[in-house]
Amino acid sequence: MEKKKTGRAGLFLEGLRDGVPIGLGYLAVAFSLGIMAKKVGLSAFQGFFVSFLCNASAGEYAGFTQIAADATYFEMALSMLVANARYLLMSAALSQRLDPAMPFRHRFLIAYDVTDELFGINIARPGYLAPAYTYGAMIVALAGWSTGTMFGVIAGSLLPVRAVSAFSVALYGMFIAVIVPPARKEKKIGGIVAVSFLCSYLASVLPGVKEIAEGTRIIILTVVLASLAAILFPRKAEDTEPGVPETEAAV
Amino acid sequence: MRGNTWIYIAVMGAVCYLIRVLPLTLIRKKITNTFINSFLYYVPYVTLAVMTFPAIIHATNSVWSGAAALILGLIVAYFGFDLFKTAVSCCLIVFVLELFIVKV
Repeated sequence: MEKKKTGRAGLFLEGLRDGVPIGLGYLAVAFSLGIMAKKVGLSAFQGFFVSFLCNASAGEYAGFTQIAADATYFEMALSMLVANARYLLMSAALSQRLDPAMPFRHRFLIAYDVTDELFGINIARPGYLAPAYTYGAMIVALAGWSTGTMFGVIAGSLLPVRAVSAFSVALYGMFIAVIVPPARKEKKIGGIVAVSFLCSYLASVLPGVKEIAEGTRIIILTVVLASLAAILFPRKAEDTEPGVPETEAAV
Repeated sequence: MRGNTWIYIAVMGAVCYLIRVLPLTLIRKKITNTFINSFLYYVPYVTLAVMTFPAIIHATNSVWSGAAALILGLIVAYFGFDLFKTAVSCCLIVFVLELFIVKV
């Protein structure tokens, strides 16, 4: 470990350094998101903007599904709310780690890029959050995520068919990597994931249900199944703090 | 009816930001409602599962390669491989399998 720099500049550099592996991982995954963006008719510039503004893999995926389904703006907003509900939870958890005296301008900026990975490295640090550190990591992560999406839109059409087919599962691979470790650790979550798979499959084949747009099906299934889980397996407040994602460290 | 793409993007960005900024600026106390806490806790698992399956099977050029990616992803993630490595494994198995089962 190099000598410990102090002050805001040191914290900022530290953030930049910790942001590099995250940014590189983002670059690769965002690429497959770009392929999807291209499929639903977005330009490279639009793809860049979606990722720059949203910073959410599952959320953007859900959004693209809505665009493909010619959804109303209300359906779009609702699906973004549901697909990104975990960030609500993460921000709520993160709010407990901010200095009560922290000026609002910092709160507004930090909120911009609360993602699984950035939440992970922020919450892993002791004490109150240091904004300079967060900003350092954010810059690298944002750059990787938004340019990755842009490259996906551009290169998606230049890549051979085989490569596009292979890349198109990257995002799902990432989703799987987020849900499996907690499902392994906790049987209830494993059961909930299995039931979700099953219901989602049934909803895609059952007459009368399969006609509902995919994006809307996702919203309905999520609200219904998560509500049932909350009723059947209520959690104590101290058990609902999202932990540090185990998948974060080595991205 | 298809909306305007830029408005879709604006809605996406606005909701994504509001979801993150409201808790960070408004919540100063802990949420105590058990149902809301539990619901929010389970949402990510349910929604990611629902989005992954069966969509992953139809994402590739063959349902078999998609299914293989799902199964391999589950196994690899179960053994603790991180997000990036899991994603790469899924891509690789699709690529390799389709060399044999899909004619381009």
